[in-house]
Amino acid sequence: MSDSENGKPENGTPEPEEPQTEAKAAADEAKAKAAAAAKAKAQQDDAEKEPWEKDPVVPELAEADGDPLVKELVSEYGESIQSAQSFAGDLVLEVGLSDIRDVCRSLKERHGYTLLVDICGAHFPQREPEQLEVIYIFYSLEQNRRVRLKVRVSEGVEVPSLTPVYAGANWPEREVYDMFGIRFSQHPDMTRILLWEGFNGHPLLKEFPLEGIDTGAAIYPEYYEESAGPVAGTGTGWKPPAPPAPGEPDGGDAGESETP
Amino acid sequence: MDNVEANVLTTTYDKIFNWARRSAIWPMQFGLACCAIEMMAVLDPRHDMSRFGAEVFRATPRQSDLMIVAGTVTEKMAPIVRRLWDQMPEPKWALAMGACATCGGPYRTYAVTQGVDRVVPVDVYVPGCPPRPEALLWGLMHLQRKIDRMTVAKGSDQVVAGG
Amino acid sequence: MTDEILTGADQYETLFGVEEMELNFGPQHPATHGVLRLKMKIDGERIVDCYPIIGYLHRGTEKLFELHPFFQNVPHTDRMDYVAAATNNLAYVGAVEKLLGLVVPPRARYIRTILSELQRISSHLLWLATHAIDIGAMTPFFYTFRERELVLDLFEEYCGARLTLNCMRPGGQPYDLTVGWAEKSAAFVDSFPAKVDEYEGLLTENRIWKKRTIGIGMLPPEVALEYGVTGPMLRGSGIQWDIRKAMPYEAYDEVEFEVPVFTNCDTYDRYLVRMEEMRQSASIVKQCLDKLPEGPIMAKRPRVLKAPKEGEVYHSVEGPKGEIGFYIVGDGTANPYRCRVRPPSLYNIQVLPEMVRGGLIADLVAVIGTTDIVLGEVDR
Repeated sequence: MSDSENGKPENGTPEPEEPQTEAKAAADEAKAKAAAAAKAKAQQDDAEKEPWEKDPVVPELAEADGDPLVKELVSEYGESIQSAQSFAGDLVLEVGLSDIRDVCRSLKERHGYTLLVDICGAHFPQREPEQLEVIYIFYSLEQNRRVRLKVRVSEGVEVPSLTPVYAGANWPEREVYDMFGIRFSQHPDMTRILLWEGFNGHPLLKEFPLEGIDTGAAIYPEYYEESAGPVAGTGTGWKPPAPPAPGEPDGGDAGESETP
Repeated sequence: MDNVEANVLTTTYDKIFNWARRSAIWPMQFGLACCAIEMMAVLDPRHDMSRFGAEVFRATPRQSDLMIVAGTVTEKMAPIVRRLWDQMPEPKWALAMGACATCGGPYRTYAVTQGVDRVVPVDVYVPGCPPRPEALLWGLMHLQRKIDRMTVAKGSDQVVAGG
Repeated sequence: MTDEILTGADQYETLFGVEEMELNFGPQHPATHGVLRLKMKIDGERIVDCYPIIGYLHRGTEKLFELHPFFQNVPHTDRMDYVAAATNNLAYVGAVEKLLGLVVPPRARYIRTILSELQRISSHLLWLATHAIDIGAMTPFFYTFRERELVLDLFEEYCGARLTLNCMRPGGQPYDLTVGWAEKSAAFVDSFPAKVDEYEGLLTENRIWKKRTIGIGMLPPEVALEYGVTGPMLRGSGIQWDIRKAMPYEAYDEVEFEVPVFTNCDTYDRYLVRMEEMRQSASIVKQCLDKLPEGPIMAKRPRVLKAPKEGEVYHSVEGPKGEIGFYIVGDGTANPYRCRVRPPSLYNIQVLPEMVRGGLIADLVAVIGTTDIVLGEVDR
């Protein structure tokens, strides 16, 4: 830079350049020092700050193959334990469909997970081919620890029921059937529990509309008149008022012209 | 002409009957959800409902006058609400307590009836989520004013306009 | 007809050919604490079998959770266990904080503990009122609601609502304690143990109460664990497990309290568990009020709370009815992808047929009272 500015040949005298580079070097050094000092101060400030005054640190999904429980289960069931992860202190195991009942029985009888905490389902439509999931949570009183098992199924596949192992799995499995349509084999009473017989659809699937498919008048014709009761997609028939056209003084942001 | 004569002749009867009916409304215990807890709170020593003569909550519809629908009416429960309403003898009134009974409340979902007035004819609506016990007492007094406008000459489900 | 004299049930069977009768303990019934329906097979006054039918209050809350951002779901959680809204809120915001890595400041943790224990007192007072009325004692209703009004006054002063509180947010508390609130609560909890003595004086040594509750509704501990029963029902069967001690959250590891456990597995022991829990709750509130630290009440958090792309948590707290937990799956957006509520009352009522088989219909009413269910939670 100094060459082009001064227009001097390459082998020009270094003396006039030195003060410039020196000054520049000094300036650079000072800047670097200031930056380092600021960073150190920020780190120190951060360290002095309480955890709730700093930005939240989102927990990370980690592999948990080293966990002793996982090791024992893998040695018993091998490939059926498809994965073991931990997130925010929870241990999550993915288990194959055919062995789920044996794994749960072994957890209850050999590893001490005697309390059935919960059974629920989840629907992931973007996951192919197994979109549905059944999640089991167990708790061990001696080890004071929870473990979560997941089983992935596709539509129409039956999951072995846990009622022979935990009698309390009866109603939660009925609820999973009610909400997701996942059937459980060898279940003593595979019927809907929260919704009525004749209800159309399984509500917690992602494609089910919030207002239902044919509730209301279709179910109880002797109590509802023709026009009463919520009809699919329309609710009470109330529609939000149409926004003013873009040219009008009252509104029309960004020139939107679609009707509600 | 007939209406005027009927009204003039029956004012004293109306006064007595209406006074009797408004002073001893017997509600039916029909707490469905959260509003039921506030309905129970109306009975407690602070917001005393027995001042209004309404402390006797009958468990059976056949002995009650007022159905306080307190809570969310789901589609599964709606035919039962209707059956209980049909079992109540005349004169009977219905009070929709809370947002869920009035219009479905925060639940615009597949399993909730959007207002109990789709199933039974409602006389008084008490909004709130849940309405304070004082609000339910307001609703009760509003119903009492409505009962005051009843007349023996007409049916018990019709009131004279005004008031 | 033979010549021998038939006695007891035999004479009826021969004369009338009586089979078991099916009785519907309908959704509208004063003793069902909501809309619970029981189909029972009875033989005279004895219950042969009992089949509960739930779902009359299913409102689709879990689907609604998926449509709202994290902080907007807090009012929905109030309305599930509507008697103890603060513990529902606490379980939900605890799960959201676990998912997002939010750390709550100490003052907020103490305030949450105070609210949660006051809510436990209010829930147990309501339980006592309804349980006693079902068994036939009407007086405790008026006594306990008198105290309950004082607790609800405290809540109303704090967050504006008596019943559906919405008093917690992910990351901390929305409001700080108002001027004089701590003194009023301290006055309340100072006077409260004397009131519990009053209720116990009415019921605990009462011959009629004992006859109606001792030996009724036996729940062996193994059966309880298998059915997933938690809370005072489990502690009345001898199993010492309380999430506040086992996996402490909020300020529970900084206060001293005992967890009452009784071993007879019957209704009377569950009653004793809950009465003692009320006293312990009052003591916890007193300790928290004494130790209340100063400081902020809300953590530093982003304006829009977004879940991590892949992550799911299960977090539970000890509610008055049992373990109430939330299983939340995040998908990178501001709404939960799947939010499942683990309702204690669902598991507590599932074990009902085991507890009433062979008992009388009058005992059924006492057992439903002792399970302390709230149908808003069972059905969501």
